[in-house]
Amino acid sequence: METRELAGAAIAFDEDGHMANRQEWNENVALALAKEEGIDELNDRHWIVLNFMRKVFDEMGDAPSIRKLTKESGVNTKELYQLFPKGPAKKAAKIAGLPKPKGCI
Amino acid sequence: MAEPIEKVSIVVSRGSLEGVYPGLIMANGARMEGIEATLFFTFFGLDAIIDKRMDNLKVATVGNPAMHIPTFLGAIPGMSAFATSKMKKEMEALDIPPVREFIEMIHDAGGELYACKATVDMFHLSKSDFAPQVDEIISVGQFYEMSAGSQIIFT
Repeated sequence: METRELAGAAIAFDEDGHMANRQEWNENVALALAKEEGIDELNDRHWIVLNFMRKVFDEMGDAPSIRKLTKESGVNTKELYQLFPKGPAKKAAKIAGLPKPKGCI
Repeated sequence: MAEPIEKVSIVVSRGSLEGVYPGLIMANGARMEGIEATLFFTFFGLDAIIDKRMDNLKVATVGNPAMHIPTFLGAIPGMSAFATSKMKKEMEALDIPPVREFIEMIHDAGGELYACKATVDMFHLSKSDFAPQVDEIISVGQFYEMSAGSQIIFT
């Protein structure tokens, strides 16, 4: 566990580098996390994915699979990989302030 | 820390349901992690990308000791279909897509799919027999060229 400053607040991170406390998350923190992942701007489409991930996490206790994400959020696989290049599941979870997804799909 | 894996080339050589899925899951999992993934289908593994066959792959119930059913029971007509439908249900519950959808998913995720030329010639197939997601029919030599710098995984 480490704590560092992000978007003007002290944020705790777990050993995977994901946020340890979801309560500390807000839109500015998300933007700062996105920048660290090489995504300079979060547009409406990014937010559809991030909000969907947070919603599923609240309901199920884990981030959705890519299949569930693309089937239910309205963002298809191609677009998902464009929005979050190099590892959409992990990156989107990280930016959404969620732990690393446990699923394989 | 060891260098992270950046590229994998996965060979799918078997055509049973349980023979095909590990390769697909690994390829999709690679793309999810931002790892480049190439799938090379050879021998009976081609069934996973042959348009007319990919929706009908079956679990092998004979010659498969891990199924834990006696061989003579596994040979009863309908046994393979039964085992297949059970496994498909379990997979659906885990959000593992059917073969065709999985192939589309991997393709849309930027994974590349190739058919083995030797097998294509042997079975008298052509590009039109394959799902549209298949990029090309390539030789073993081309496969090795494309796999430069990647980890090759044989399934």
